[in-house]
Amino acid sequence: MDFTLKIWRQKNAKAKGKFVTYKINGISDSSSFLEMLDVFNDQQVTKGEDPVVFDHDCREGICGTCSLYINGRPHGPDDAVTTCQLHMRKFKDGDTIVIEPWRSKAFPVIRDLMVDRQAFDKIIQAGGFISVNTGGIPDANAILIPKQNADSSMDAAACIGCGACVAACKNASAMLFVAAKVSHFALLPQGKAEATRRVQAMVAKMDELGFGNCTNTGACEAECPKEISIENIARMNREFLGAKIGSQKKVVKEGGF
Amino acid sequence: MGNKLISYSSITKKVVMALAGLFLISFLVVHLGINLLLLSNDDGASFMVAVGFMTTNPLVKIMEIFLMGGFAIHMVIGVFIQIQNWLARPVRYKVAGYSHLSFFSKYMIHTGAIIFIFLCIHFTNFYFVKLGLVNPPTGVGKEDFYQMATLLFADRFYAVLYVVLMIFLGFHLHHAFQSAFQTLGLSHTKYTPFIKVVGTIYSIVVPLGFASIPLFFIFIK
Ligand code: SF4
Ligand code: FES
Repeated sequence: MDFTLKIWRQKNAKAKGKFVTYKINGISDSSSFLEMLDVFNDQQVTKGEDPVVFDHDCREGICGTCSLYINGRPHGPDDAVTTCQLHMRKFKDGDTIVIEPWRSKAFPVIRDLMVDRQAFDKIIQAGGFISVNTGGIPDANAILIPKQNADSSMDAAACIGCGACVAACKNASAMLFVAAKVSHFALLPQGKAEATRRVQAMVAKMDELGFGNCTNTGACEAECPKEISIENIARMNREFLGAKIGSQKKVVKEGGF
Repeated sequence: MGNKLISYSSITKKVVMALAGLFLISFLVVHLGINLLLLSNDDGASFMVAVGFMTTNPLVKIMEIFLMGGFAIHMVIGVFIQIQNWLARPVRYKVAGYSHLSFFSKYMIHTGAIIFIFLCIHFTNFYFVKLGLVNPPTGVGKEDFYQMATLLFADRFYAVLYVVLMIFLGFHLHHAFQSAFQTLGLSHTKYTPFIKVVGTIYSIVVPLGFASIPLFFIFIK
């Protein structure tokens, strides 16, 4: 298969990037999108030109490192897959493919297609964890958990933190990611102890980092490779309101009510 | 005010905006109920009875303050949130986002702005006249809303504008209704589909009800 690639090239975080058009020929239809880019980079190196920088790691859809906004869609033209799982047969022979980095104030471009997603780590550090004591291993069946909750929690925990939700959202809002992280704890007894603090701290951090406000458009849910539902956002809103109204102490200084 | 607004959490702002919006949604039903009296064939007698009640009842007067507050809050937060949202993506995409979901939600600020402009016209035509800030049309008493409405709808241009505006109002309401519930955290496998259906019906029936009045004045009266 032959393609025309329009790729965003940017030397470093400060440089003014631009789109550069390239041709690539003889790509197998069963190669993945990232393999296509590997072939492309080989070509670049042979020609003595700069290869394109892009993020990747596991290449099996579990780490959340790969990104790329391909022809107007985060992770490209397929549902419920990451870019590393995207096959070239999803394109037509001769297609022009426009490849852009995630665009968000909170995800600045480092180089070419690579963006800095530390903002997500900061949100997790603000409260996306449970504190556990060391000691003997607790009996797995000692705490009863309704099946429904266990399932919903597991679904939310499938979030790989890729940031496609932010990339897809017209407001560059991180609500789906934060909601997934809040939900998978909030649904389990182990997460309840710190629930009020967690949701307030994570939402305050999210606001502080410059993500947009959710307008319930639902683009995030449509583009999420792990099909995280916006039901989680409603749950987080519920948790947040409950925590703000119910908690006796002001938990987070910044972030206000 | 700006600083204060920033320091409120994004979710709090949205919740306040949703509550104000739901209040406005319920007000529209009352407003429509009264307007529909214009259709009755009694030269505005029943309409004027309702207007008389709405302009003199002390409880309604108190609600009026809440209503103005509701409009103000809904608009100020809405504009503020929209500006923040634009700033959240300083560099735009070259290829526009592909997402087929909730089409109207992408244009809330635009439909909102159109409604706001209409609201200004609407206020100069009626509310400000009642307050005595604007002079009523010649020969019409300042609380004779029936005459004012009849005169306005006799103007074809105004009548068409009114109908067009109601279409935009419908677009705005279509997303607004179910979105408000989602923001309030009310999402449920059993009830959410029901809310969405009610929202869709509401966003069609209410604007249609309003639009039926100028259409009645043009074609039937
Ligand atoms: S919610 Fe989905 S799109 Fe967002 S970070 Fe998690 S996996 Fe990626
Ligand atoms: S590289 Fe790990 S999810 Fe794509």
